[in-house]
Amino acid sequence: MNAAAPATALPRWSRTQMAARVARDIPDGAVVNLGIGLPTLVANHLPEGREIILHSENGVIGMGPAPAPGAEDYDLINAGKQPVTLRPGGCFFHHADSFAMMRGGHLDVCVLGAFQVSAGGDLANWHTGAPDAIPAVGGAMDLAIGAKRTWVMMEHTTKSGESKLVERCTYPLTGLACVSRVYTDLAVIDVGPAGACVIEIAPGVSFDELQAVTGVTLHRSRGSGLQT
Amino acid sequence: MIDKIVATPAAALADVPDGATVMIGGFGTAGQPDELIDALIAQGARELTIVNNNAGNGDVGLAALLAAGRVRRIVCSFPRQVDSHHFDRLYREGRIELELVPQGNLAERIRAAGAGIGAFYTPTAYGTRLAEGKETREIDGRQYVLEYPIRADYALIKAERGDRWGNLVYRMTARNFGPVMAMAARCTVATVHEVVELGALDPETVVTPGIFVQRVVPVARRATRGAGFSGAPGTVQGASQ
Repeated sequence: MNAAAPATALPRWSRTQMAARVARDIPDGAVVNLGIGLPTLVANHLPEGREIILHSENGVIGMGPAPAPGAEDYDLINAGKQPVTLRPGGCFFHHADSFAMMRGGHLDVCVLGAFQVSAGGDLANWHTGAPDAIPAVGGAMDLAIGAKRTWVMMEHTTKSGESKLVERCTYPLTGLACVSRVYTDLAVIDVGPAGACVIEIAPGVSFDELQAVTGVTLHRSRGSGLQT
Repeated sequence: MIDKIVATPAAALADVPDGATVMIGGFGTAGQPDELIDALIAQGARELTIVNNNAGNGDVGLAALLAAGRVRRIVCSFPRQVDSHHFDRLYREGRIELELVPQGNLAERIRAAGAGIGAFYTPTAYGTRLAEGKETREIDGRQYVLEYPIRADYALIKAERGDRWGNLVYRMTARNFGPVMAMAARCTVATVHEVVELGALDPETVVTPGIFVQRVVPVARRATRGAGFSGAPGTVQGASQ
């Protein structure tokens, strides 16, 4: 990695700013599944004036925010097993129907966390590959390949500074060529057959600085207006 | 006269043999039929294969069944949680066999068993280690993995209301695996908080038709406890799914 731009020195978007940036790209009328962890924060930033329906794979669509303290009902939970509420118009269904909504391509957007994403859109987010780890996959593999668009939200680099955007995932795969866009704390980057194309960079970070901390060759997305 | 009402969980599970495959409803604790699991522990059947989304939370319910050493094999999607210490220990000691199945494949394989489907092709897990050794096929330019049904001797599920024909309705996200597991077992036992007269359930909104249910056990209502995530009562900090 290019030591000229140490990853820690770059000005980064906060988790809240990342969540707001993802939310900005969700269109009015979309049905969306927000994965556990960082993606859950997106629900707090859905733009005013857009009607966006939240799906949770345990069997609810039209999910509302967390209930007031004391009003929790543990028969009404999200995929993270946290208590939620139901908006008017929301409904419940069994697991096979819930995953049919996903696998059948009915969800518009799914936002997931990740350990690694490849330039071609491969996703690794369920297993670190550590031999002694107890494996657990949940709905990760179904979510990855199901929605019309799968977006990833993750830190750009690991704690030790390694790029999480990679040529080939070294962690066990969740899905092949399934991710179309990655939102990191440094940039918004489209991935897929054309490779990694930068849409937007965090303020105060140059394209070259971004490239220096990224494990794949970056292209400037046409129309992004990005300068070196 | 058809009367599927059974007075107690113990009576409903008296005939579960050693080595049985038992589906247990629930996503974490929502929809988990605690009274039936307690009765299964008391009943003593051993060498069980359990099908559930998770592998137990805390020290009660499915976790207690595992802790009692009754389970030889578990088929689930997400065993590792912040409060799955009983499963974790048994797994690390090599005392329980795990078949890890992506959650949607788990639901669909159960549904397929209930619907009489011999096998199906699904795009989920293609190209991953969970599809290794499985038959694949390209259909209309997309890659699929062949998956087989999961059927059971018993399904233990939790519903909200039922009648003596076995018609069931559920409560919110506690529905989860109940309807598909009810279809996939030779003998489905459902707890309900309320037994109603025939005709009292709106026929337009019955979720599980009674044909899929063999035994209905009334149990007292009690609040579902939280589990499996950071912030739930009685759990520690950590990620879960």
